[in-house]
Amino acid sequence: MKNFLRILSLIIVFLATPLSSHAAEKVEYLKTDWSFKGLFGKFDRGALQRGYQVYTEVCASCHSMKYLSYRNLSEKGGPEFTEQQAKAIAASFDVTDGPNSDGEMFTRPGKLSDKFVMPYENVKAAQAANGGAYPPDMSVLVKARGGGVDYIYSLLQGYEDPPAGITLDEGVHYNKYMYGNKIKMSNPLSDGLVEYSDGTNATVEQMSKDVTTFLMWTAEPHLETRHQMGFKAILYLIILTILVYFSMKRIWSRVETEV
Amino acid sequence: MSDHEYTPTSKAGKWFNDRLPLLTLANHLTDYPTPKNLNYWWTFGGILTFCLITQIVTGLTLAMHYIAHADMAFESVEHIMRDVNYGWLIRYIHANGASMFFLAVYIHIFRSLFYGSYKAPREIIWIIGIIIYLLMMAAAFMGYVLPWGQMSFWGATVITNLFSAIPLVGEGIVTWLWGGYSVDNPTLTRFFTLHYLIPFLILGLVVLHIWALHVPGNNNPVGIDVKKPSKDTVPFHPYIVIKDTFALLMFMIVFAFFVFYTPNILGHADNYIEADPLVTPAHIVPEWYLLPFYAILRSVPDKLLGVIAMLSAILILAALPWLDTSKIRSAVFRPLYKQFYWILVADVLILGYVGAMPAEGLYLLVARVATAYYFLHFLVILPVLGLKEKTLPIPLSITEPILGGTANLATAKNKESSIK
Repeated sequence: MKNFLRILSLIIVFLATPLSSHAAEKVEYLKTDWSFKGLFGKFDRGALQRGYQVYTEVCASCHSMKYLSYRNLSEKGGPEFTEQQAKAIAASFDVTDGPNSDGEMFTRPGKLSDKFVMPYENVKAAQAANGGAYPPDMSVLVKARGGGVDYIYSLLQGYEDPPAGITLDEGVHYNKYMYGNKIKMSNPLSDGLVEYSDGTNATVEQMSKDVTTFLMWTAEPHLETRHQMGFKAILYLIILTILVYFSMKRIWSRVETEV
Repeated sequence: MSDHEYTPTSKAGKWFNDRLPLLTLANHLTDYPTPKNLNYWWTFGGILTFCLITQIVTGLTLAMHYIAHADMAFESVEHIMRDVNYGWLIRYIHANGASMFFLAVYIHIFRSLFYGSYKAPREIIWIIGIIIYLLMMAAAFMGYVLPWGQMSFWGATVITNLFSAIPLVGEGIVTWLWGGYSVDNPTLTRFFTLHYLIPFLILGLVVLHIWALHVPGNNNPVGIDVKKPSKDTVPFHPYIVIKDTFALLMFMIVFAFFVFYTPNILGHADNYIEADPLVTPAHIVPEWYLLPFYAILRSVPDKLLGVIAMLSAILILAALPWLDTSKIRSAVFRPLYKQFYWILVADVLILGYVGAMPAEGLYLLVARVATAYYFLHFLVILPVLGLKEKTLPIPLSITEPILGGTANLATAKNKESSIK
């Protein structure tokens, strides 16, 4: 039994290490405390609401969020805007609907059931407006990058002047966390760029953290439920395992072999 | 099974059983005499059955919401993750379940290698097992294609392109597999169909696997034939049932940890980027459980020979009962084989590691040495070892070493210390 457990845990450690080390590129990412990590990790509601503000005022001019609907903004486990607030947010966007009975497309204010309005008609239009580079959809962006939240958080603060000897083409910027260090997106954040309604000081660091938290939620909207359910499920399994262990000992005590 | 006489007590039961002997089968399964010295490495058969059922049940549920179309597959997966009730849970169980399935099957296979369970009279069980393993790999590969992310698309491209290595007809076969001139919608729909079919083929083979097992009965850590039923055996129920349940629960704790706390660690981040035929990912890597074979494939400079080497690495296992010439089953009584066994385990782990790394420089060299050793183990070491090795004396029965014999030292020592 002891040997068995020892070998099993070795195998699991071996499994997990090379896979997680994929993600770690050569550069050290900036670290910060994420409230959603850990067994009981939850989102910081304030950070999610501020993060939404940064997304919608800054990122959304180029980056779409096509898998989210305005209703998500008021759902449990998310930014938890009130339904009134979510409705008001939705209504502030113009949505193309139709065709109506005359066969015409028309514009109306957004509703809760609408998907987030896209900044561009299609990928080609997005590329044309951004020097050929497509600003990726942000719905699952955090999960689509090896470094996850740490990578996004660092990238937003990684803009600096290129080191001597590196020349950049027109419309290309230097970012020490970007793969290959060259990025088409210009530095999106600067201190005081947005005005937080809760009075938080909008430093680049603060905005990076808020918007990254928001992106974690858009990628994993059920993260809080998952953590809560996980704890209960594992606790239940552990208790059941202990009970079954003693039943097993009892049953096997009838034969003179150890289990 | 034929020596098993069973008469139901109730009249109705007897009437039914005379027409379809299901009750005889149930009775056989509960009474089935099992060696009482089976250790925890033997619990993985039950765990694997659980894995298969879990994959089928979660898979059926996912199939109700998934759309097998190149333009909609990725979106439908996001729909499952966001809007389907507990869709995230079902998908994460299914995705991590595949990894857990392979973790369990590798332990199951290596247990068989250690205790010589593949040897006479259990060759057919072993060969059916290898076929199941092959089908598992096919099912897992096709399942990984279904979300239609970048790694899905490019993984499918790389693997299907392997067939182009076949001389003369290779290109034609690849076009036929794709249903066109590149991986596209027809490829996705046929992969979905096959991914749906294969688990039921596996289920059928599992029935045969267990049937074949119940003819000679289980091997055991001592590796000797056991008289059944006797002092050396216990009935399957309740002894093995409760022990398997205990092991399964421990396994489920590990499983649950992956599902609830690190559901994406075993996948690749690129698969959350929608498939794009115009953008090739920096590194195309398969899922971890295929990495050793991927390393073997890449360690051979020639494409055709690489494919042959990879396939041989799996198929060589089917010949194992005849490659291993030793009459002694358990490695407990084969001091040399035991060492080579652990070297093989390390070799396969190393292959897995270099399979995840870029095929260049030192990694490539290590992959080549490890590949060569893999074949050396099966083709040279095993046949020679069986003839040359000086084995330890084996006990006459399972109870003998426990009741004061010396052969099975570990068991004897354990027993001693527990008596004191």
